[in-house]
Amino acid sequence: MSGSVLYDAPGPKTVARHRVYNLAALVLVLGLLAFVAWRLYEENQFDYDLWEPFLTPDYISALLVDGVLQTLQMALTSIIGAVVFGVVFGVGKLSDHRWVRWPCWLVVEFFRAVPLLLLIIFVFYSFGIGDGFGAYWSVVIGLTLYNGSVLAEVFRAGVLAVPRGQAEAAYAIGMRKTQVMAFVLLPQAVKIMLPAIISQMVVALKDTSLGYAIGAPGLTRVGKSIYTEFFNQVPTVIVVALLYIVMNLILTAIATWVQHKLVGERKPLEVLQVIGKTDAGTGLTQAGPR
Amino acid sequence: MDDVFSSFDLVLRAFWLTIQLSVLAGVASLALGTVLAAMRVGPVAVLRRAGAAYVAIVRNTPLLVIFVFVFIAAPKIGWFVGTPFLLKGVIAVAFYTSAFVCEAVRSGINAVPLGQAEASRAIGMTFTQSMQHVVLPQAFRAVVPPLVSVLIAMTKNTSIAAVFGLMEATGRMRYFTNNNADDRIWIFLTFAIGYILLVEVLSAAAITLERRWSVAR
Repeated sequence: MSGSVLYDAPGPKTVARHRVYNLAALVLVLGLLAFVAWRLYEENQFDYDLWEPFLTPDYISALLVDGVLQTLQMALTSIIGAVVFGVVFGVGKLSDHRWVRWPCWLVVEFFRAVPLLLLIIFVFYSFGIGDGFGAYWSVVIGLTLYNGSVLAEVFRAGVLAVPRGQAEAAYAIGMRKTQVMAFVLLPQAVKIMLPAIISQMVVALKDTSLGYAIGAPGLTRVGKSIYTEFFNQVPTVIVVALLYIVMNLILTAIATWVQHKLVGERKPLEVLQVIGKTDAGTGLTQAGPR
Repeated sequence: MDDVFSSFDLVLRAFWLTIQLSVLAGVASLALGTVLAAMRVGPVAVLRRAGAAYVAIVRNTPLLVIFVFVFIAAPKIGWFVGTPFLLKGVIAVAFYTSAFVCEAVRSGINAVPLGQAEASRAIGMTFTQSMQHVVLPQAFRAVVPPLVSVLIAMTKNTSIAAVFGLMEATGRMRYFTNNNADDRIWIFLTFAIGYILLVEVLSAAAITLERRWSVAR
């Protein structure tokens, strides 16, 4: 730890004291973990019967194929839709025409402020149920609208982050507005935004779990069908959570790598949120709360 | 639609529950998150690691899975058995949000350049003075915007409690939607506007705070 604004560099006495604190903290943390493990043992949660499904090939493949794969597929589909939605409305918000700008602004703000679950439930009961397009697409549509509006803001910020001289130069050599946007601004903006798009995927991935509310396929539903059969709620939650964590950590690692590759050490694009309405942690390579 | 307006008190009561959930979970997650942030920026290495592990695990788990844990799995090991639903919802949301609060607070503290602390020490301020007059005022200002974003996201996240039997706004909308098939869009808009109002109140508060605290740099 090289320097902190919060305390001075420790001297020899303080270092010795910190060693004691470290030891005490270690005992505390291990004690806490041991308590949880003991609690689980006490309630017979380590019985083989409860963990059996996770060692049975059939259930493993159900978890991986119906769970992980479906979840990834939902997240990917919706993020592709969200990118398209984001480009359209992000560029729309930058339009010179008021009648384009304002509706775009309204749509983006609306979908960003409404809870995703409310949106998904509405879409499902209005269009998805019965002869509609089903739970899977309800979740995808909800995710697309929500993440699309977040990405619209990212795109807008990305386009604005391109140095002004670029657009001015393009206008000077006689390009039209559309050409400037399509050939000069967007290609440069995408490069800055790619990590943000990938970390938005982490958000989308976590949010696919909301499909649980309307019985959409995915990891959480596979988990539910396992614990309703085996009554092994605790092990199931642990396994499902671990799968989500692994997927998200891999995605985050990819986002970090892409960022180093494309943006370099420069400070990542800060999507300065009109306060409110946006999720926290738009700092790239971090998963937002939702 | 008449059904919704004739029983508008149900709508209001649902939003009251959403507000209760948000306020309680907000207070709890701010407290827990600040403790975690203190662990993560402190000099004790074990606590730093433990804080980092907590954040990595909780932040990458969907809130819904945490809800499943609190409402369905935990009673199996004798936890939260007789706990009221509201409290269980608050626990789940606060548990999840605290990781994000921790990150917001930590990034705010990290936003203060090291040179500020060094300079204040160099001109002879004591440690307390440097904290009180130089470091913390700057850190507070840097923390407010991301923290408000976290709280707004949390308010929206309380909607997940609807899946586990709490009749807050989203749960109430589901109930109305089931009974009034023709008016779905209006029901949806009514509840959406309710949420938007909540979000607006929060962000207006943040803007006021920021304006009051803003300093020329």
